[in-house]
Amino acid sequence: MVDKSTVGLRDEPTEIPIERGKIREFARATMSHNPAYVEDRSPVAPPTFLTTLNFWTRGTESPLAKVGLDLRRLLHGGQEYVFHGPPPRAGTELTAQTRVDNIYEKEGKRGGTMTFVETVTEFRDPSGNLVAEARSTAIETAQAPT
Amino acid sequence: MSTSWDDLTEGAGPAPREYGPLTRTDFVRYQGASGDFNPIHHDEEFAKSSGFPTVFSVGMLQAGILGAYCTDWLGAENVRRFAVQFREQVWPGDHLECTATVVRKYEDGRERKVDLGLLVTRKESGGTAIKGEATFVVP
Repeated sequence: MVDKSTVGLRDEPTEIPIERGKIREFARATMSHNPAYVEDRSPVAPPTFLTTLNFWTRGTESPLAKVGLDLRRLLHGGQEYVFHGPPPRAGTELTAQTRVDNIYEKEGKRGGTMTFVETVTEFRDPSGNLVAEARSTAIETAQAPT
Repeated sequence: MSTSWDDLTEGAGPAPREYGPLTRTDFVRYQGASGDFNPIHHDEEFAKSSGFPTVFSVGMLQAGILGAYCTDWLGAENVRRFAVQFREQVWPGDHLECTATVVRKYEDGRERKVDLGLLVTRKESGGTAIKGEATFVVP
């Protein structure tokens, strides 16, 4: 059962270093041969690279875990990244903080109610400037997705 | 490496690019790079016990492929927004095609920008894997 009182809940800020080797690995895994990622000594992060926040957070402490979604019925509906300038470069130390932004319901095309949970992660530089924001939409379907 | 302002036209875009066939190794490689180790993308028994015929790709893998397609065209430093909606799942053996279209070309203060409409299509079925949008500055 989804707990709507979790809207507004935030996790503790997490330090996330942007690393050259991880950028290269990520660029190759996403089938890019762009020299801007694999040859530059201080490359910028690819558009979806901040998903590697996974390496730095503990899932059980994420505010999303407290929403109470049924993992067997969970789909990743969408993902958005906004950059307030060029994407962060290798060598940058960012701090990430995630909040539950919105929970709402829609009727599914094949019947049953789908629950949408949007979380927003803010990435800030050491001066506190907002560098990037990530919005993730999780969908709990009425039945297991088959 | 970069495309100039005069080369960009509303309704037009770069040549489509094809990827694949996607393999289980591609999924695993992406999971290792991203830190998302959901077993549904690499553990056959887990995927079947969850009601799927086999493992399927990580949505963020095809999102990442689409992002790289865009930054190859308009420059790694120039992306300002990148958004995807996941539609159909992508399965081992699928070929994917990325396409991008300029939907709006405009000046925003002192910056020149383009908004893009993006698609990742499953070649064999013709189904849409991802519908996306992006905004780039054009120096």
